[in-house]
Amino acid sequence: MIPAKFDYTRPSSLDEALSALASGGEDAKVIAGGQSLLPLLRLRFAYPSVLVDVGDVSSLRGVRDLGDSLEIGALTTHYELTRDPLVAAHCGLLAEAAGMIADPAVRHRGTIGGALAHADPAGDLPAVVTALDATLVAVGPNGERSISPGEFFSDYLTTSLAPEEILTAVRVPKLDGWGYRYEKFHVTAQAWAIVGVAAVAQRSNGQVSAARVGLTNMGSVPVRAHAVEAAAAGAEASPAALAAAAAHADEGTNPPSDLRGEADYRRHLARVLTGRALAAAAGM
Amino acid sequence: MTAIDETPAEVGRARARKEDARLITGQTNWTDNMTLPGLVHVAFIRSPYAHARITSVDVSAARSAPGVLAAYSGADFAAEQGSLPCAWPVTEDIVIPDHPPMAVDTVRYGGEIVACVVARDRYAAADAAELVDVSYEALEPVLDMEEALAPGAVKVHEAGNKSFTWELANGDIDAAFRDAPVVVERTYRQQRLIPSAMEPRAVVCAPVGDEYTMWTSTQIPHVLKVMLALVTGIPEHKLRVIAPDVGGGFGSKLQVTGEEVLALLLARKLGRPVKWTETRSEGNVAVHHGRDQIQKLRLAADADGRIRGLDVHLLADMGAYLMLVTPGVPLLGAFMFNAIYKMDAYRFNCTGVFTTKTPTDAYRGAGRPEATFAIERLMDDLAAQLGVDPLELRERNWIKHEEFPFTTVSGLTYDSGNYEAATASAKELFGYDRLRKEQADRLSAGSPVRLGIGISTFTEMCGLAPSRLLGQLRYAAGGWEHAAIRMMPTGKVEVVTGSSAHGQGHETAWSQIVADQLGVPFEDVRVLHGDTAISPKGMDTYGSRSLVVGGTAVVNACDKVRQKARVIAAAMLEVSADDLEWADGRWSVRGDPDQGKTIGEIAFASFAAHNLPDGVEPSLDSDATYDPDNFSFPHGTHLCAVDVDTETGQVRIRSYVAVDDVGVVVNPLIVEGQVHGGIAQGVAQALYEEAAYDSSGNLVTASLADYLVPSAADLPSFTTARTTTPSTLNPLGVKGVGEAGTIASTPAVVNAVVDALRPFGVSDLTMPCTPERVWRAIQSARAEGDAQ
Amino acid sequence: MRISVMIDGVRYEDDVEARLLLVHYLREQAGRTGTPVGCDTSNCGACTVLLNGRSVKSCSVLAVQADGAEVTTIQGLASNGELHPLQQAFHEEHALQCGYCTPGMIMAAVDLLQDNPHPTEEQVRDGLEGNLCRCTGYQNIVHAVLRATGQTATQQAEVSA
Repeated sequence: MIPAKFDYTRPSSLDEALSALASGGEDAKVIAGGQSLLPLLRLRFAYPSVLVDVGDVSSLRGVRDLGDSLEIGALTTHYELTRDPLVAAHCGLLAEAAGMIADPAVRHRGTIGGALAHADPAGDLPAVVTALDATLVAVGPNGERSISPGEFFSDYLTTSLAPEEILTAVRVPKLDGWGYRYEKFHVTAQAWAIVGVAAVAQRSNGQVSAARVGLTNMGSVPVRAHAVEAAAAGAEASPAALAAAAAHADEGTNPPSDLRGEADYRRHLARVLTGRALAAAAGM
Repeated sequence: MTAIDETPAEVGRARARKEDARLITGQTNWTDNMTLPGLVHVAFIRSPYAHARITSVDVSAARSAPGVLAAYSGADFAAEQGSLPCAWPVTEDIVIPDHPPMAVDTVRYGGEIVACVVARDRYAAADAAELVDVSYEALEPVLDMEEALAPGAVKVHEAGNKSFTWELANGDIDAAFRDAPVVVERTYRQQRLIPSAMEPRAVVCAPVGDEYTMWTSTQIPHVLKVMLALVTGIPEHKLRVIAPDVGGGFGSKLQVTGEEVLALLLARKLGRPVKWTETRSEGNVAVHHGRDQIQKLRLAADADGRIRGLDVHLLADMGAYLMLVTPGVPLLGAFMFNAIYKMDAYRFNCTGVFTTKTPTDAYRGAGRPEATFAIERLMDDLAAQLGVDPLELRERNWIKHEEFPFTTVSGLTYDSGNYEAATASAKELFGYDRLRKEQADRLSAGSPVRLGIGISTFTEMCGLAPSRLLGQLRYAAGGWEHAAIRMMPTGKVEVVTGSSAHGQGHETAWSQIVADQLGVPFEDVRVLHGDTAISPKGMDTYGSRSLVVGGTAVVNACDKVRQKARVIAAAMLEVSADDLEWADGRWSVRGDPDQGKTIGEIAFASFAAHNLPDGVEPSLDSDATYDPDNFSFPHGTHLCAVDVDTETGQVRIRSYVAVDDVGVVVNPLIVEGQVHGGIAQGVAQALYEEAAYDSSGNLVTASLADYLVPSAADLPSFTTARTTTPSTLNPLGVKGVGEAGTIASTPAVVNAVVDALRPFGVSDLTMPCTPERVWRAIQSARAEGDAQ
Repeated sequence: MRISVMIDGVRYEDDVEARLLLVHYLREQAGRTGTPVGCDTSNCGACTVLLNGRSVKSCSVLAVQADGAEVTTIQGLASNGELHPLQQAFHEEHALQCGYCTPGMIMAAVDLLQDNPHPTEEQVRDGLEGNLCRCTGYQNIVHAVLRATGQTATQQAEVSA
């Protein structure tokens, strides 16, 4: 219940934050909303030496329209994602998924940057940014870096962020006119997804012209269901055809077996839920 | 005269509660709120192993940490800590192992206390706890009851893994099964549950000289006080136990815990007030668990479904030690497997088994949900086997309304009931026939979402309990309850009750009772409880007993007050006491009602005592201790409709109807609230909850992140209604309701899920019916079907 | 670290450890024991308060993170001696039994009605998914929140001011 001792600093600019991180050493940790980090600290699963609270770094806030993409500041809370008009207009999948994270109180504090940097494959946003082909923007002593989701999520609870880098923004390509659905399958409302499917689909002339699918909790990192996407491209926009495409959902995955489900059940769920997500995204 | 004749004004009224004033404004008095001058905090170090020898405990680093007053191992307390009590040695040859509050050389469950540190605040205590260095020699855990009983099994205790075997039998069971046209044989698993009251436990113990006051989040301040004296040797009259506001219990705080004993001993050793507050993760391993049985059942019936006999064989997981009533819990169920049904023969055999897991003990229903689950599942299975409607099958077997009072095959005499009326009402509210039709339509349309309908017609035995019967069952204490009424000179009334509410609304309900009994305004009554210095006598709250037993004690005490008042009123009015009659809070002259005195006037007259007759004491105050003659038997019919998504296994409750008969209702708001909350817990057992252990004996569901207690988003609204068949056993006609909802609901839900899946060939599911288990059951049944 | 926090309309200034949880700061240093602690994994919601007008689980916020902020607890809800409509509705609908979850439940409901003054039953249930109750089965809680809808606009303005 009670964390071990740590130091704490609350810089007011990104430069201050970076130098605090650098001088804090290898056990320095960034904290934003704290909704992923504080539970770990309270159960003494982590012993950071210093927390660098970026909550006052205003350059990390805000959603900006970059023309063909949106730039979402890392400090944007899940709650803000559900209410932002730009997000609603141009990448509704993100708003829908953010609205399913935990509960309202957690959503008021939790941030997109924090959730992604925490890199829990059972969390909802990693699969969503994976499906959206988003770019993670990191800033460090050597300047700014753009990282694809595949490069960013390297392992369970592990990203490719260097210890002195801070995730500053997520750039999401606009998918105007695409349908979307985040299917989150869990036993109770508070429970983590046993499996989740993030799907976006573009439809024309009764066909799905393109689809992108990201899977939650089907491996140690979020998984792009490439085989599904290939099968869905050009498929008839019908539940049966999309179910056939979805049958490939578990290819290339390595789902865990745990209290919530054995691997074979997760594979089955991935197939069923991908079919449903695609159908919904395709407007059915 | 033990009952008032006029129509009650308060009993039956939906009074909003007096308790709420402090609870909705945060003016609460939880144990963790308490702070005293010089208070220090204790943190416990707990075994990470399910089974191990303690080879060394080094507290030296902890002792020298900042803010630490002391640190101790079990060895430091070995001489004075005694053994935590088991108050229910169910058989003469029962094995009751020693249960030191702090383990000395062996730990037998993950979470068992092995050391403690005492520091100036909880943060320092948490830091120091990490510095205690304990070395263990890991031993093999014992996690499976059947393996534990097999020859050559690893021993949890020297005396072996069997604690007791207890039997009850009536009628010729062999004859019942011989040539029986239908026999249903099943094995059901009652999973282990974590009660999860919302308030984590906390204890504060303050020494003043050689006397001690303990505030603790308990359901049983009176029982605890006696037990602390017996365990520690501290004289009973030097102990005061206070249950302040308590945030839920459900049986989990019906306990004498190591933490309470150690807090007392630490307060004595250090001469300082000591405080301990549990974390939720600590509580998940350290608070006693509920249920955990393997049930092997055989039911014999005639071709028309009339039950001939029921044979029950239980293995009940005690956990690592016997705690306060651990071995008695399955025995309470022994009388309930036959439930509301008539039959020729019944046999019950239960073996209590030790495992290296957290000890089990009472949890909402304590033995009766387990029994009701088994029989109600069997009835649905029997109905399916015979091709008979499951409600009709139950009606063929249940005790008819005209047949009460009825002595069952397990030896209980049910006073009253009306299963027909409750069932008819439930069927109509539920739309039973319409839902059966929808079920059939969906089946023939091949819909992947199947509709299932589940039934639970239950009774329960509560109002614990007739002391003589408890004695016959070898329970160490009695089942009476005490109440005292104190009349104040200004006509206000204090009710001192031995009941110990932790959410049940006694302050309100007892006020309603007394308001009617004495004809005083509801607002003029104050109920005192929970402090052994203020309520010196009681048997506390559990087993749905407080209204039945405690409420009757209140009524009986009020009766004595009225009788004393009658004598004084007669003197005041200069008439004979026989000429007086009671109405609306007044004794008045029969035939001349203007000549009368209110209870308030009589109370003042007794206070001033200017003109009391010779030999009459200047007081109306009275007390009563009531010992019931029998249990009480609420009953009901619950119907549940579920939608099962056969592609994912997800189960959603679509509608739930509960028609319960709890006898006369004192406060319908409180009764409905108990039914809602009880149903929610039973649904949670059916669908969400399990205390799961891994193969090393670690509790995997160690926090609320993994042990899934449902939220409002996970439960439906329940349609509730009542029938009223008064109890004939007490003056209020009440039956108790605290556990009924939980007892009824689990089988209603599981029966519904199985009903949805029967067309696939599924006939049983192990709880909780998670989506994965549902899906797998369908897959296995399909595979078996293909193979045939 | 020195922090300054406005709690239920009163400014508190204290030196605190960085690791001090907001809920402990409220309970033990500011004496606001009306907000309880129910778990250690931010599931139960008993500790819910408003932080700058929005619901948060105070066990999952560091006191230092509340520096300069306004906190409203259950004890700050009633104004001018009058119960907040939600408090009144919880009482009238018997939406509490032991009362332990009640402060957090009411604060979560305050936030819910702030965002959605006229929720459906389903929206109420979803909006309270972060608050566990073991006593009531939630039914009367839902009734209480629905009962209080439409009456809270004025109180909301006062609470977040």
